Amino acid sequence: MENKILDLLKGIRPEFDFQASSDFVEDGMLDSFDIVTLVDELDRHYGISIDGIDIVPENFASVGAIRAVLLKNGARE
Amino acid sequence: MNLRFSNKAISGILTVVPAREVAFEQEMANYNFSPAKCLKLKLAMGYGKHRIVAGDACASDLCVRGLTALFDRGLLKKDEIDALILVTQSPDHFMPPTSNIIQGRLGLKRDLLCLDICQGCAGFVIGLVEAFMLLEQEAIRKVVLLNADVLSRRVSPRDRNSFPLIGDAASVTIVEKDPSGGPIHANLKMDGSQADALMIPAGGFRCPSSPETARLEEDENGNFRAKDHLVMKGDAVFNFVQTEVPPMIAGLMNAAGADPGSVDYFMFHQPNRFMLRKLADKMQVGYEKMPSNIVENFGNSSGVTIPLAVTFNAGERLLRERLKICLAGFGVGLTWASILMNVGPLAFCEMIEYD
Repeated sequence: MENKILDLLKGIRPEFDFQASSDFVEDGMLDSFDIVTLVDELDRHYGISIDGIDIVPENFASVGAIRAVLLKNGARE
Repeated sequence: MNLRFSNKAISGILTVVPAREVAFEQEMANYNFSPAKCLKLKLAMGYGKHRIVAGDACASDLCVRGLTALFDRGLLKKDEIDALILVTQSPDHFMPPTSNIIQGRLGLKRDLLCLDICQGCAGFVIGLVEAFMLLEQEAIRKVVLLNADVLSRRVSPRDRNSFPLIGDAASVTIVEKDPSGGPIHANLKMDGSQADALMIPAGGFRCPSSPETARLEEDENGNFRAKDHLVMKGDAVFNFVQTEVPPMIAGLMNAAGADPGSVDYFMFHQPNRFMLRKLADKMQVGYEKMPSNIVENFGNSSGVTIPLAVTFNAGERLLRERLKICLAGFGVGLTWASILMNVGPLAFCEMIEYD
């Protein structure tokens, strides 16, 4: 799951090294539109719908946070 | 608060959209994004094309176009209108009320209540509630509810937060007494502590327009806008909608004693497809029952998106059938409001263009 998340992040913002950051939002690597795009792609890839109330920047600040929100919303490893 | 009305009905809906249609691709170069990123955003948000007025067309112009069409076709008579409500955030002037201007332009009778209401995304629901309250009066038998906005004129073309989705439009909704009208349930809430989530900072008396307020400034995301332009805190609005709308609808259904499965359509305000589909998923409503195709075809015209969604998606059916429809608007204010009512068969339910 971590590798897939990194692939999707790279597709959205290819100019950044996401493995070198501990907070994508704080480091300016993801803005709100990137998060919308990421959620859209995660939903489609995992066949889920991430709950709207979970779509807040802190849930997309790291690969670990994204993994946690995916698992909470029914994605399987 | 929960409200309940009876013996009232909507008898016709006409929507008016500008003839000028602009595609998202034609404007991509204005945004501080790569073309690839713009196209991903288009896919996720459902951007396509939007209808925006050319030149200096005003809210009253779109309303006069709609009302004149109804008069010309004999679908509405001037002397049977007892109240004219206009819900808009883009009035022709601060004073006088734009509804009075429309009355004068069309030569409507003087024994008439003209009323402007400043509301946005929830403006169709708030306007209907006002119309239902007026119809409690014996002297008021027919209310014309106008919703109109030309906010594209106050959105920076270099603001990718707002410009790709903005639309201009108007609607004319006839609301009248109907002894056979079933119960109508409404629910509305407001939170002015978040008033700055969606606003035009300058141009009023608090911050009058000046050369300074007209100057474009770049925000932290690379958007260029002036204080004279609409600004939206997209994250805050998104979270507000996802948090507040599902429980509001659950409360409305509970107050009405209605099964959500019995509702034919959830005609909601149309901020963008992403937000609406998240709401539909959360509420476990099929996408076919909650249309989300207005932004991609016409843009978000604030309080007009609900009647636009009705005429675009259910116009033909509503000429023949009676449907149970849940209407919900949410946004500027912040305001969120909903209605559950039966609608149809209608005398008219269609869309025309303003050229």
